[in-house]
Amino acid sequence: MQDKNEVIGSLKEHAKNIRKNSLLMANRCGTNAHLGGGLSLVEALTVLYGAVMNSKDLPYDEKDKFILSKGHGVLGFYAALAEFGIIDKELLDTFLQDGSDLIAHPVMNTDLGIEASSGSLGQGISMAIGLALSAKRKGYSYQTYVLCGNGESNEGSVWEACMSAVNYELDNFTLFLDNNHMQSDGTSESVMNISDKYSGMLDALGFQVIEIDGNDIEQVYDAFLIPHQKGKPKAIIGNTIKGKGVSYMENNNDWHHNRLTNEQLESALAEIGWHND
Amino acid sequence: MIEIKRNKVKLWSRLGARATFGQTILELAKERDDFFVTSADLAQSSGLVRFKEEFPERFVNAGIAEQNMIGIAAGLAKDGTNVFATSFSPFVTMRACEQVRMNMGYMQLNIKTVGLGSGLIMSQLGNSHYGIEDGSVMRAIPGMTVVNPADGVEIVKMVEALCDFEGPVYLRLTGGPGLPVVYEDDIDFQIGKAIRVKDGKDIAIIACGTMVYYSKIAADILEKKGISASVIDMHTIKPLDGVMVDSVLGSKLIVTVEEASTIGGLGSAVAEYISLKKNKPPQLMVGIKDCFPHAGSYQYLLEECELTGEQIAIKIEKALFDADY
Repeated sequence: MQDKNEVIGSLKEHAKNIRKNSLLMANRCGTNAHLGGGLSLVEALTVLYGAVMNSKDLPYDEKDKFILSKGHGVLGFYAALAEFGIIDKELLDTFLQDGSDLIAHPVMNTDLGIEASSGSLGQGISMAIGLALSAKRKGYSYQTYVLCGNGESNEGSVWEACMSAVNYELDNFTLFLDNNHMQSDGTSESVMNISDKYSGMLDALGFQVIEIDGNDIEQVYDAFLIPHQKGKPKAIIGNTIKGKGVSYMENNNDWHHNRLTNEQLESALAEIGWHND
Repeated sequence: MIEIKRNKVKLWSRLGARATFGQTILELAKERDDFFVTSADLAQSSGLVRFKEEFPERFVNAGIAEQNMIGIAAGLAKDGTNVFATSFSPFVTMRACEQVRMNMGYMQLNIKTVGLGSGLIMSQLGNSHYGIEDGSVMRAIPGMTVVNPADGVEIVKMVEALCDFEGPVYLRLTGGPGLPVVYEDDIDFQIGKAIRVKDGKDIAIIACGTMVYYSKIAADILEKKGISASVIDMHTIKPLDGVMVDSVLGSKLIVTVEEASTIGGLGSAVAEYISLKKNKPPQLMVGIKDCFPHAGSYQYLLEECELTGEQIAIKIEKALFDADY
């Protein structure tokens, strides 16, 4: 078995690559992209695809399922799919180009490892619950993972879904809440001031809740590897930073959806430890 | 295959659309294990109680949460399994409209949304529960098939056909207990292929759901007045059976009749289809006008909305002979 420190070290390298490719995509597309929310979830997706999920070349009933419910998080998502060999890296160059499969919100495409179309917030979690329930009812062995945003969790349908996950006793289901405490119009505190209550809400509903620093690879790794309590869905509240990794983007909502110039890209890459040479 | 027998036809008529649906699901579940049924706390009202008890593993109650129910149905349908997602028509088509659009439209998943108690049958419960614009809304969603069976036999044939149908469908169930009988025997049924219920040479009435029966009554009344009318059961509103519509373009008048808003439903579908045809008759659209009717008994509502056989016949006569109509 691989030494944990080695695994964490390797995941950190992957996260760095994913962040780099997210920035490159945002720059190359030549238009606005959802940078803030695409960077806060990098560690979660790195761990999921790099160490948790079986995501390749398996029959439907065995292959783990992931749904990006906060559909605008595509920068990190597409970059993760490329990083772990599910899609070709070259495909990232087509991001936001006319007719591309990689648009600003995921479009269901089994060949590209995209399980669901999302973009309308608060919906992917219900489909993920359906997938987990289907596995329970049919004896499928796959696990289901869904990533929701804290802003997205303003949607009532998220709570309909959470209630049902508990009701169906889905201990094959894991929700990662990318809690970056911001949303389109600003801080969650200024829009819908409950982002520090999600953990308590999910606990009250009956989830197994683990609250962590969602940008700390090791904490994310440990949280995903904690076994499910029997009969309980698991929720990982990952407290993250919107725009994580690039100082001028962090907690700055100008970068919710913005264009990344060549100069900005250079400094951003330097900050995450890459030099474009 | 569910056998169509006269005593069953009577039973289905007595039970009405919802209970016939539930019973068909129960019968089919005994024959095959390849579908799920979801409900939003309405198993009782949907005639699904026995199914729920006998096949609990294939039944999912989402609670009173239609949006989540459609999402769950999507997850259940992801491996190709058919899922009948049921609720009262406005809740499943409009409360959960965007979930329907994403999961059934955008992702084209194998969900059959069932709108129970559509049209005016929810009577005293009022417009919150009526299905007036449900079919119009569903018809506008790309890739959605929309069907509205005429009577008990057709509900049974339809549900059976839907079990083998791939892709998203909205099944609109109109009519209640005492459901009028259009078909007393087995029919040759195919989704997308309209049925000519009655032949006539002067005009053509194209109807769906309960209005097929009332159109037949109208045709009988007109027959006595020397007007010969065809009656067509357009059980599949989308995609429309253009071949059938083409076959009646030589009529003096095309009449569309639906227990639904005339905006966006069967009447609109026929009008859209014939709009570019060079030689075509005028079209009279019969249905619920742009209004929320006063609540009352089903019969009261049919009359208020001018949807009884007699009222349909009067409208047709006016359209044929009254220049100002």
